[in-house]
Amino acid sequence: MNAAGTAQPPDPADLRVLVLAGGLSYEREVSLRSGRRVLDALRGAGVEADLRDADVALLPALAADPPDAVVIALHGATGEDGSLRGVLDLCGVPYVGCDARAARVAWDKPSAKAVLREAGIVTPDWVALPHDRFSELGAVAVLDRIVDHLGLPLMVKPAQGGSGLGAAVVRDAAALPAAMVGCFAYDSTALVEHYVPGADIAVSIVDTGNGPRPLPPVEIAPSNGVYDYAARYTPGLTMWHVPARLSPHVEQSVAETALAAHAALGLRDLSRVDLIVDEHGRPHVLDMNVSPGLTETSLLPMAVQAAGLDLGKLLVTLAARAAARR
Amino acid sequence: MSSTTLDDYTDRYAQRVAGMTASEIRALFAVASRPEVVSLAGGAPYVAALPLDAVGEMLGRLGSEHGPTTLQYGIGQGTLDLREQICEVMALSGIDVACGASPEDVVVTVGGQQALDLVARLFLDPGDVVLAEGPTYVGALGVFQAAQARVVHVAMDDHGLVPEALEEAIASVRATGRRAKFLYTIPTYQNPAGVTLTDDRRERVLDICERAGLLVIEDDPYGQLGFDGEAPAPLRARRRAGVLYLSTFSKTFAPGFRVGWILAPHAVRDKLVVASEAQILCPSAFAQAAVCTYFATMPWREQLKSFREIYRERRDTLLASLADLMPAGTTWTRPGGGLFVWATLPRGLDSKAMMPRAIAARVAYVPGTGFYADGTGHQHLRLNFSFSPPERIREGVRRLAGVVEQELALRSVFAAAADDHPAATAPPAPPAPPAPPAAPAAPAVRAPTAAAVTAAATVATAPREHRRARPGADAPGPDLA
Repeated sequence: MNAAGTAQPPDPADLRVLVLAGGLSYEREVSLRSGRRVLDALRGAGVEADLRDADVALLPALAADPPDAVVIALHGATGEDGSLRGVLDLCGVPYVGCDARAARVAWDKPSAKAVLREAGIVTPDWVALPHDRFSELGAVAVLDRIVDHLGLPLMVKPAQGGSGLGAAVVRDAAALPAAMVGCFAYDSTALVEHYVPGADIAVSIVDTGNGPRPLPPVEIAPSNGVYDYAARYTPGLTMWHVPARLSPHVEQSVAETALAAHAALGLRDLSRVDLIVDEHGRPHVLDMNVSPGLTETSLLPMAVQAAGLDLGKLLVTLAARAAARR
Repeated sequence: MSSTTLDDYTDRYAQRVAGMTASEIRALFAVASRPEVVSLAGGAPYVAALPLDAVGEMLGRLGSEHGPTTLQYGIGQGTLDLREQICEVMALSGIDVACGASPEDVVVTVGGQQALDLVARLFLDPGDVVLAEGPTYVGALGVFQAAQARVVHVAMDDHGLVPEALEEAIASVRATGRRAKFLYTIPTYQNPAGVTLTDDRRERVLDICERAGLLVIEDDPYGQLGFDGEAPAPLRARRRAGVLYLSTFSKTFAPGFRVGWILAPHAVRDKLVVASEAQILCPSAFAQAAVCTYFATMPWREQLKSFREIYRERRDTLLASLADLMPAGTTWTRPGGGLFVWATLPRGLDSKAMMPRAIAARVAYVPGTGFYADGTGHQHLRLNFSFSPPERIREGVRRLAGVVEQELALRSVFAAAADDHPAATAPPAPPAPPAPPAAPAAPAVRAPTAAAVTAAATVATAPREHRRARPGADAPGPDLA
């Protein structure tokens, strides 16, 4: 055991890793792509790895042949809301990434924003409301108050979810009801934020044993200005700049903010922090990801490459650290 | 610093590639493959009803006893044995030697989809106009889009394509100084609408096309899957000239073999063969032998009857479930055969926007937007009844009804706010810059709902011409189409 109460990481050559991907969320397709990439990277690094969906066959398989560690490439609720992590804890199977409690907070955007603000980290003003509140109090009155309080433009998105699904920018109050209806198709609670214009930046954080460290920030510049589902997952529709086109001072500030957010939410091993850098160079944290995308167009793998790291070796290190927590 | 779009080929793609982007609706369909989800989205026949052991033995023998032939290249037109078999199958529908159907004029294709693609290659130049029912088969829209053609939808009602609307469409295209190249139609148990063109209208449609010099592409995958009596004779059984007939064994046997065909006039047939050889060299010899042997040695007529009985029970279950469970204001077609029911949601609902809620409720359908060249059809959805057993169909409708009720409740909550801001009735914009203002709404093409039988109202609608941004973006992939 080391000082942190964990065993020495096992020899990577002896590791058996299970990658979980798929699930029943809206992001199943993205997850399957992430999972396949993780599997290839692990195998490329010489590790014995398998891929499995999170379905009724999972727990019997874990019981019959427990892996040394699990890499969760599930996106959406199953992979990110902490519930699966809780089940893996029950099974005594270690996994890469934060624990169930931290995941639960990070997954729920309003909860995560509250923690961030409490820690003094800048995040856009917001209100989170379930659709029931609109029926109880009257949509017109509530929407008017939101516009009065937060001002236009607004960002409307599901309180829980990712990949830009159900999200919309509202520049005119007249468009707000439709945006709310679109958002409520994906979640029963909507997060309405003040929209902060600026550069879209993603900072991936990894901890290979020497404490969390930020990887080079990735700047996202969709060709039509819209970082929607198509722009995220269609090569050619978005220009990614790695590292982001930020001054050294602003880059430092962005990295510190991302690290602070990672710490404030109690995250572990790896995460991705999404921010906007406004015209004054001030970073505003928008979202925290405990199971970042790992597809061909995802941001964490770009940052890993820009840092001169090998994705496979990084995942092996993280899996070995997870295995040592058993 | 590196800057990348992760696609080094963007300046090399052909124009037709534009719009081939990831789609969140297609992503939602990824969930539909999980057993927890009742999928009413598919277009898959119930192949589990086939005598699988016997088919398996047959396939084994084709390899072990006939391997030197079945594992070899073949000829571009397809084997004569299969083409003769195809003529026997077509004769059941009335397309026989009396109306000029000959194995010589049959071209075997890789499913009906290659047949469509060959037709497009032969007849369509970029910018050409195709007339097609609205809604129409999503796979055809994809082919026409790839050919850079423009699709003009023609209205249907419960009796199929509306002849007056066809005349109007032809005239409106002519008024622009162009001529439509052909009418693409699925007259029998149409996909997705489930409606069938009546006898009387078949003659009228053929007359109209003949007068206008308009070729007819008749797509007939479902014609032998009627439950309520015989379907009217195909268009090709009524006219030798001016009609190309496309069909497939995907629904009468199994889609896994990917065997379809075109019956074409002699001159066209030669060009089809050349075009097909350029595409695929020749259809699979093994698949052709499998289909041919199945139809030559197994009780396929009885199997077809079995398919019909299974599908009739499932259609009845779907219709009864819709009647029992769906909220007021929902309407649907009552197909006499085929695989699909076309439903229309209560006013103001959007089947595409509702998809995430449906997936969360573990039920899947295909939004109507997939079946229009411009992605309209938001109020409609396609429901399949061939694949799921009756109890699953009923459960799927129960879930769907709950989703529709939730959506109605949500819309009613925000309706007052939308009324305060008329522009708020538009669909929500995606993130970032606001979308450009929408073009003036085209007159709505009447959907073939049970209520849409009034021809006069239907005729009043103007045809719409579209170039779709991305065909199939709102429809499932090939396993579900």
